[in-house]
Amino acid sequence: MATPSIAVARPAPSRFPRPGGARAFVERLRSGDEIAHLITLIFASTILFLTAWLVYELWVHSALPRQTFGLGFLTASTWDPVFEHFGALPFIYGTVVTSALGLLIAVPIGVGAAIFLAELAPHGISEALTFSIELLAAVPSVIIGLLGIFVLVPILRKVVEPFLKATLGFLPFFQGPAFGIGFLAAGLILAIMVVPFIISISRGILLAVPTEQREAALALGATKWESTWKVVVPYARTGIMGSVFLALARALGETMAVTMVIGNDPKISASLFAPGYTIAAAIANEFTEATGDLHLQALIELGLVLFFLTILINAFGRILILVTTRKGTSRE
Amino acid sequence: MATLQGMSAMEKTPTKMEPDEVSKPSNGRPQPKLLVSALNFFYGKRQALLDVTIQIPENRITGLIGPSGCGKSTFLRTLNRMYEIVPHARAEGRIELDGQNLMELDAMEVRRRVGMVFQKSNPFPKSIFDNVAFGLRVNRIVRRGELHEAVERSLRRAALWDEVKDSLHDSAYKLSGGQQQRLCIARALAVDPEVLLLDEPCSALDPIATAKIEELLFGLKKLCTVVLVTHNMQQAARVADVTGFFLLGRLIEFNTTEVIFKTPASRQTEDYITGRFG
Repeated sequence: MATPSIAVARPAPSRFPRPGGARAFVERLRSGDEIAHLITLIFASTILFLTAWLVYELWVHSALPRQTFGLGFLTASTWDPVFEHFGALPFIYGTVVTSALGLLIAVPIGVGAAIFLAELAPHGISEALTFSIELLAAVPSVIIGLLGIFVLVPILRKVVEPFLKATLGFLPFFQGPAFGIGFLAAGLILAIMVVPFIISISRGILLAVPTEQREAALALGATKWESTWKVVVPYARTGIMGSVFLALARALGETMAVTMVIGNDPKISASLFAPGYTIAAAIANEFTEATGDLHLQALIELGLVLFFLTILINAFGRILILVTTRKGTSRE
Repeated sequence: MATLQGMSAMEKTPTKMEPDEVSKPSNGRPQPKLLVSALNFFYGKRQALLDVTIQIPENRITGLIGPSGCGKSTFLRTLNRMYEIVPHARAEGRIELDGQNLMELDAMEVRRRVGMVFQKSNPFPKSIFDNVAFGLRVNRIVRRGELHEAVERSLRRAALWDEVKDSLHDSAYKLSGGQQQRLCIARALAVDPEVLLLDEPCSALDPIATAKIEELLFGLKKLCTVVLVTHNMQQAARVADVTGFFLLGRLIEFNTTEVIFKTPASRQTEDYITGRFG
């Protein structure tokens, strides 16, 4: 049914297409609120349905380890396929530590670069740099992993890690033998992989800040930098945080590049030089070799854990945004 | 030619003063606060202002009227060098603020001394207090203990204090449109500007909010020199002491408001004021 309000607003010519046929359908789609509503609703609910289905499948196929280990699966730190003792803690630890390290490195660089590109750089340079940064985002992760093995790891082993040990060696994070591969390498690789996302999205958000805001600050005698740092960036804060969470989601789930440089050893160590393991890397490495049902299902349960971990961290992030935004508007 | 008549009429107003004379108050008449001579302005290759010469009197409200696109807003933005943020914008000529060459001063200093209120109210997404305190903080004008006092003084000057004194730490976006514009005026006044430029400050406001701002402007001229761009001729007639008429980038006529509205020298001014403009 065509709604009367639409009929009023539309000019006459093609208002009465012959019923039936693809053309008539397209015509109704163009002018019809209900049909467009319905179709977009179906698309949107598909996403929701796929997610629910995914969780259901992961849940059903991980029944065995859930019955065997219960919640102990999350707290046990041995992973022994031979004796069939499975605990997810080293993988959870590795996933969280590498992602946190990656963001710790990527966020200042990414936001700083976005500020430069959006606010300070001449237009031509900004466009050219943004294009190359978006190319970096398109590099397949296996290539980045190769770069990690052949370039990053040797540098870490020979230069960076000995240096950190000599200068900051009193901290537990920078102790033990310098392997090159390990948490630090994985964190750096993740930083390289997520930084283009942070730059690209944050730049777009900074560019969308109304010119009036910059003018208001400049007209009060603020310098360009004061206008950028005290007005434009706070205005864009929520959006920038959004880009950080998108980057975090990518870091948590990144598999190939991390597998290639982390060392794949399910151990919990405070030292960033030590090898570790992440959930995604474990699933990728062991799935084809898993023989017993319990091993296979434990890997599926790892997938479930990763899913909930991602949701948990994102929910925490949203709450953080809400709280800081509310504070930001009423702080003295 | 009407344009030339206008220009010559304007040039007959007080002869150009030397900087030294400007800074010394004499003979009781208002001193020119801003002295603009032979100002030409370009956006890239397009010329937006042609040979504008004008003296803005101190502690008076100067109204600038003219149809859209006549260059009055552009002119306003040369007075605090805000045009510099537009790429390829270029000004030629001389502007003096209290006898000092505006182009040789530090741009930040110029903008602190010459405040601006924009057409669309643009409060920061911060609290009311933080909005007013922004200029004080970036210019490090007052000490921390005096900040609250300075904010209150500015809000009082902008006739907003009574309405917001209990909600200083609420977001500025909770205010109505008229209140937001007065907040922007308070924010501009906080740094004690010598000149306040207003670029069609009431164009988005209802008549009641407009009346409040006009009333406020009367009080403000004791504190600073006011330049008001408006395309509302009644507004200029109500609040301005002197009025300039811009057309196609030229200052056609500049005189006391009474003369401009009752006995304009230029035919073009008369046509515009009587609504016969075309």
